[in-house]
Amino acid sequence: MTTASSADHPTRRDFLYVATGAAAAVGAAATVWPLVAQMNPDAATIAAGAPIEVDLTPIGEGQDIKVFWRGKPIYISHRTKKQIEEAQNVPLSSLPDPQPDSARVKPGHDQWLVVIGICTHLGCIPIAHEGNYDGFFCPCHGSQYDSSGRIRQGPAPANLVVPPYQFVSDTKIQIG
Amino acid sequence: MSGPSDFQPTNPALKWIERRLPIFGLVHSSFVAYPTPRNLNYWWTFGAILSMMLAVQILTGVILAMHYTPHADLAFQSVELIVRNVNYGWLLRNMHACGASMFFFAVYIHMFRGLYYGSYKEPREVLWILGVIIYLLMMATGFMGYVLPWGQMSFWGATVITNLFSAVPYLGETIVTWLWGGFAVGNPTLNRFFSLHYLLPFVIAGVVVLHVWALHVAGQNNPAGVDIKTEKDSVPFTPHATIKDMFGVTCFLIFYSWFIFYMPNYLGDADNYIPANPGVTPAHIVPEWYYLPFYAILRSIPNKLAGVVCMFGAIIILAFLPWLDNAKTRSSKYRPLAKQFFWIFVVVCILLGYLGSQPPEGVYVIAGRILTVCYFAYFLIVLPLLARIETPRPVPNSIADDVLSRSRGKIATAASIALAFVVAGGLFAGSTQTARAEEGGNAPPAQKWSFSGPFGMYDRGSLQRGLKVYKEVCSACHGLSLIAFRNLADPGGPGYSPAQAAAFASEYKIKDGPNDQGEMFERPGRPADYFPSPFPNEQAARVANGGAAPPDLSLITKARSYKRGFPQFVFDFFTQYQEQGPDYVSAILRGFEEKTPAGITIPEGSYYNTYFPGHAIKMPKPLSDGQVTYDDGSPTTVAQYAHDVTTFLMWAAEPHMEARKRIGMQVFVFLIIFAILMYFTKKKVWADAH
Ligand code: FES
Repeated sequence: MTTASSADHPTRRDFLYVATGAAAAVGAAATVWPLVAQMNPDAATIAAGAPIEVDLTPIGEGQDIKVFWRGKPIYISHRTKKQIEEAQNVPLSSLPDPQPDSARVKPGHDQWLVVIGICTHLGCIPIAHEGNYDGFFCPCHGSQYDSSGRIRQGPAPANLVVPPYQFVSDTKIQIG
Repeated sequence: MSGPSDFQPTNPALKWIERRLPIFGLVHSSFVAYPTPRNLNYWWTFGAILSMMLAVQILTGVILAMHYTPHADLAFQSVELIVRNVNYGWLLRNMHACGASMFFFAVYIHMFRGLYYGSYKEPREVLWILGVIIYLLMMATGFMGYVLPWGQMSFWGATVITNLFSAVPYLGETIVTWLWGGFAVGNPTLNRFFSLHYLLPFVIAGVVVLHVWALHVAGQNNPAGVDIKTEKDSVPFTPHATIKDMFGVTCFLIFYSWFIFYMPNYLGDADNYIPANPGVTPAHIVPEWYYLPFYAILRSIPNKLAGVVCMFGAIIILAFLPWLDNAKTRSSKYRPLAKQFFWIFVVVCILLGYLGSQPPEGVYVIAGRILTVCYFAYFLIVLPLLARIETPRPVPNSIADDVLSRSRGKIATAASIALAFVVAGGLFAGSTQTARAEEGGNAPPAQKWSFSGPFGMYDRGSLQRGLKVYKEVCSACHGLSLIAFRNLADPGGPGYSPAQAAAFASEYKIKDGPNDQGEMFERPGRPADYFPSPFPNEQAARVANGGAAPPDLSLITKARSYKRGFPQFVFDFFTQYQEQGPDYVSAILRGFEEKTPAGITIPEGSYYNTYFPGHAIKMPKPLSDGQVTYDDGSPTTVAQYAHDVTTFLMWAAEPHMEARKRIGMQVFVFLIIFAILMYFTKKKVWADAH
């Protein structure tokens, strides 16, 4: 296009073309944005993901429950003494994803393990109280998690994720 | 004309592809080197505008389908939730709904252009017939799309239009039942319409490819109606036609945006904001404006079968146009009589459209019959006759000659085009408005609303007071089921903080469950909960309220309207007046009179209201002075209550209105600047062609 510019004002024509092209590009980008953004979670979905409260009183020692938060299963396990000890005594150096048990539970509430029950391999749901480590066993491709939800064996690369939560009282937690 | 191209890409990778699939050559010969007549006017840009509209409709439609639920119980709500919850959902829905109207608007101009310039004549007969097929497919698609929101007009439109097929002798009932997939319009009907509504646009796109192919074989017609003879007659498609088309498209986008951002409901029908109710037919069943001329023809014929045949005949006859008009001269520019009859025909079509929106009674029926005769006479008598008796003026020798002779008078053409645009747009668009009558009541006085006009915003104080009035008075009988407590903290709303909204929510008891014991229970409301409705179901509401179920108020200000009348509705288009709903709602609240005026009898259990259609309303006077206390010192009068609660309900009906107007302003500023840039770019590109 530059070669076609007339001799007397060589730049005015180019400027016009560039300005028009730039405006078109800006317009196109601004138009694309809503078309992309609409696929993000809508306002109702986000609102439905608000924190939930869970009462711990019905869960006896050695038992666990599954609750749903933001469409994800959350395991809440009431660990036995043995499970707690195992989780605390394992040498960190032997873990694929080293993390002390204390970093995975709330201080003073050692008996409660709260983890998102989604295998960090490819998203299947591990089964509680199975496997060789007194924790979880994922049937999909054989990942094994211990009583702190840490990966011990199998293809999963990381420990089960601990969701954001806090103790509202000794017997009640708020997830989210 | 677009013979094999000698175009060769230089890039080796492209060369490799081109040897195996000559796609770049195809694109080059069809859209770059393709010779375009130099004398095309802006009426020819409507081809590009239509392509853009098809793309817009498919794109926004595919997106809306991601969020829409095609189920009779959920469809209405899902459309509202798209508008309220999905990111930019309101924008996408407005684009799609107004887009249908724009698509038809453009196709009518495109068709009239073809009619005027004889674009259907030899060798373009197949091109024209393909166009008629596209138009028929568009009508089917538009109709089924209108059914999907599952409002009252959707439902009853579907019922009336599918019942057209019951006119078929012997097989009618069977066909209609087959179309419905049931004994009446219902969920199976909605499901199949959704499926077909998704399918047909792609069929249209396929026929459009054939249409463009046929166009490129026969070559474009032009205002002079003479063929391209020498190089001087044509310019290459790119950049000349491309840039001109893009300028046309930009101008059209400005027109389109006016609807999207400022008048999204202008072309719609208030009744379609009432969920489908198989037990009640709206007072006036009116199709979308683009079907109105054919609807008028249907109603003009007093025999069912004949009416249906005439209605379809009015469209099918277009396909025979190339043989009905066999005058040798293409362009009406050189046919003095044909030109006059053409404009008469345009007026006939517009008047038929107007009649289609009026109730079928009295003078309208007679006028409808006369115009129906005129419509068919144009094709069956006028055009064949003119071909024999008319002496056309001499056509120019070549396109180049035509360009030279008309380089003057261009501004006048442009101005007349713009004027025609505006008038036709206002008229056609507005013709449906008259049909939204709420008859038998007085017209509500127009009020001043903070949210009217292009910069209108909700008055926060009024919204908060209105919420109080709703909570303390209206909510005893009326639900507000589309509003969640969290919405009270949304931008553009009553302006509460999330904490205030949560506190407000916790005052409500919400039914939840089942719990682990399998029982339902009540818990305090959360921000994500929706306002609970006062009655568990419609029957309960009906019984508790003397036989009339109090309507849900979420959409009431959009679902109510009143007759504006001609020419008021045309002015409304330019002044952006769209507060019929709020005017009506607030008038009802203020319209109760102690004494029934003489001459009007109000049945037992009803009350006199000045503005209610028929005056007998089942709702007792809901508001009286001093009933609700205001902490901000606003007057505690019925007028103030009515104003506040109506403002609140307008927000409930359209929570994203402020965003719509704000973004609309940005879009307008951008489009106008862009149109100016495009205009000068186009002038530069065409500088050497003129
Ligand atoms: S998903 Fe759990 S092991 Fe693969």
